[in-house]
Amino acid sequence: MSKEEDKGVHGRAEEFLQVFKKGAEFTQELMRENERLRYRIIQLEESQSNLEGVPASTDENRKLFQRIEELEREKDEILGRIRQVEAENQDFAARYIEIEEENNNLANLYIASYQLHSTLDFKEVLQIITEIIINLIGAEEFAIMLLDEKSNEIQAVACEGILRDNIPHVKLGKGIIGEVAKTGENYFVENVSTYVQDLHQPMVCIPLKIKEHVIGVLVIYKLLVQKTTFAAVDYELFTLLAGHAATAIFSSRLYNDSERKLSTIQGFIDLLTK
Amino acid sequence: MLQYNILIVEDSPTMRQLISFALKRLRGIRIVEANDGVDGLKKLSAERFDLILTDINMPIMDGLKLVSLVRNDANYKDTPIVVITTEGAQEDRERALALGANDYITKPIQPNRILDVAKGLLKIT
Repeated sequence: MSKEEDKGVHGRAEEFLQVFKKGAEFTQELMRENERLRYRIIQLEESQSNLEGVPASTDENRKLFQRIEELEREKDEILGRIRQVEAENQDFAARYIEIEEENNNLANLYIASYQLHSTLDFKEVLQIITEIIINLIGAEEFAIMLLDEKSNEIQAVACEGILRDNIPHVKLGKGIIGEVAKTGENYFVENVSTYVQDLHQPMVCIPLKIKEHVIGVLVIYKLLVQKTTFAAVDYELFTLLAGHAATAIFSSRLYNDSERKLSTIQGFIDLLTK
Repeated sequence: MLQYNILIVEDSPTMRQLISFALKRLRGIRIVEANDGVDGLKKLSAERFDLILTDINMPIMDGLKLVSLVRNDANYKDTPIVVITTEGAQEDRERALALGANDYITKPIQPNRILDVAKGLLKIT
C-alpha cells in the first residue's frame, strides 16, 4: 500500500469514527428521549387515574348541593310554618281576649237580669235598674220613663242626677222620646262628646219593650266623667237590659196591682164575714 | 291551699254580686260582703282579711271614712284597700290614695280590672 493509499484509508477511518461518534451520540439522545417519554407516559397515566376520580367527586358534590337545596327548602317551609303558627298564636290571643270580654259581658248581663228578676217590688226594680245603669253603663244623669196607656203620655218614674220635676212629660210620637216610644227603635246621638244637654233630646233613648210592646223608655242625659264614649258592648247591653227591665217593671206592677186588689177584696170579705 | 279572705263593702247588691263574680275566678279565696262602712268595720273586727274592696258613696258610713279608720287600726295598717267608685275626678282619686287606699277603680265596672288589681295586691301570679 502506498503512502497516499495509507492516508486515504486513515482519512476514511477518521471519518468513520466521526460518523460512529455521532451515531453513538444520537443513540444516547434517543435513549434519553425515550426515557423522558416513558416518564411522561407514567405521568399521564397517573393523571388519567386521577381524572377518573374527579367525576365521582363531582357527583358527590352534586348530591350534596341537592341536599343543601332540599334543606334550604325545608328551612323555608319551617320558617313559614313558624310564622304561620305565630300568626295563629296572635289570632288565638286576640280571640282569647275577645272571649274573655264576651264572658265578662255575659256575666254582667247575667247578674243584671238576675238582680232585675230577684224582686217583685216595683220600687226595688226601679232601684236595681238605676244601679245597673250607673254601674254597668256608666251614666250619671238619666231617667226611667213609663208610658201611661190611657193618656198616651210618657212620664219619669225614677231618675238620677236630675230632678224628676224637670223631666218633661212627653206625648207618644212627639219629639225624640215620643218617637222612640212609638217606633220601639233605639236612639243614640252621633257624637257623645259634642252632645249638649237638652231634656227633650237625650243623648240616648232606649225603649223598654216586652216583645214589640213598648211600656216606657230609658233616657240618658250625661255619662260619668270617665266614660267618654260608648263601647260596642254598651249597645247590646242597652237593648238586652231594656228587655229585662221592661219585663221586671211590668211584672212588679202587675204584682203590686194584684196585691192591692187582693188586699181590697180581703177587706171586703173581712167586712162581710164579721 | 292558701286561702285569701276578701271583704267587699258596697251598698248595691248588684255591685257586690258583680265584684264577687269577678273575684271568684281567683283560686283559694273567700268573700265576705258588707252593706256599708259600719257593717264593714263589724266584719273586720270579727275576722282577718287580706284585701278590702269598698265603694265610696254608701249610707251610714262612706268608703273614705272606712279607709281612714282601717288605716289607723294597727291590725289593718298593711291590708290592701281598693276603692271602687263612680267618682272619676282626679282629686277624688288623690284623696282616697292619700287616706291610705292602695288602688282606685272607677265605674262602670270592668271585671278584668278588678281581677288584675286583686291579683297584684294579693301577689297572686
